[in-house]
Amino acid sequence: MSASAIIFYIIAAFILGCGIISMTTRKIFRSAIWLLFSLIGVAALYFWLKVEFIGAVQTVIYVGGIVVLIIFSIFLTQQSGKEMPKAPLVRTIASVLTVILGFALTYAAIYFYDFKPVSQNFNWSVNGIGTQMLSTTKGGYALPFEVVSMLLLAAMVGCIVIAMKKAPADTNGKPKQDEIEKLKEEIKKPDTEITVNEISEL
Amino acid sequence: MSDVPIPHILFVSTALFFIGMFGLFTRRNMITMLMAIELILNSVNINFVVFNKYLYPNKLDGIFFTIFIITIAAAEAAVAIAIIINLYHSHHSIDVEDATEMKY
Repeated sequence: MSASAIIFYIIAAFILGCGIISMTTRKIFRSAIWLLFSLIGVAALYFWLKVEFIGAVQTVIYVGGIVVLIIFSIFLTQQSGKEMPKAPLVRTIASVLTVILGFALTYAAIYFYDFKPVSQNFNWSVNGIGTQMLSTTKGGYALPFEVVSMLLLAAMVGCIVIAMKKAPADTNGKPKQDEIEKLKEEIKKPDTEITVNEISEL
Repeated sequence: MSDVPIPHILFVSTALFFIGMFGLFTRRNMITMLMAIELILNSVNINFVVFNKYLYPNKLDGIFFTIFIITIAAAEAAVAIAIIINLYHSHHSIDVEDATEMKY
């Protein structure tokens, strides 16, 4: 067994161990931190596969972006030290059985499938990725690129719309009530009656 | 070319997928369910990269699918967290069992 294979098995054990702890621990903040380690392990797997670009993208977006976002939302919504309620025993047993059965079926299908690896080296470059992503010829990814940029724009606008406090109602609520009270006071003032009387006299 | 056979790498991604499924089945907290979905998306990404590297080494399509999936996962996480925080403001809970107004 070569050093490369040993490194792979260490990375694999790291990913799966952190993933399992992340999905079974009952403290939500620890769950997020174990998820962070699991995602770092996946990035390490990409580096092991010598696809460094995807490893870097994984590190920047998942580890630096999504996990930080998740931790922020945990702090905004939960007491992070509190334990989550345990799942009912029936549901736990049923899901363990489902997962093990599904894993066995899927891995049996993978294990008995005869993969024929090509002995050619995988040649990629950031230059080639960029050129093909913006190319409009056959095999180019210009259209998906545009579609995904529209999706990001829509997601951004959607986030702002959803997470926006009902600002017009909340901030204008008090001044409006003040204005209403002022108007009421003005109505109660005898001056207005006088003016009304004056108008009627006129 | 390493001496790790392809099924061993696919073992990692399959196991990661079903760990995510387990989390999705047992957890009832929306943020932890979102974490489970992130694990599932990661396992799919590993599959794409491995198939591209070992079976079609002269193409780049698996890399592109991985990049697009990561982009969409980021957008999805942002929208989901906006919804979760909004739900927390109105219900003071992010348990899926408590948000049943739109069920029927």
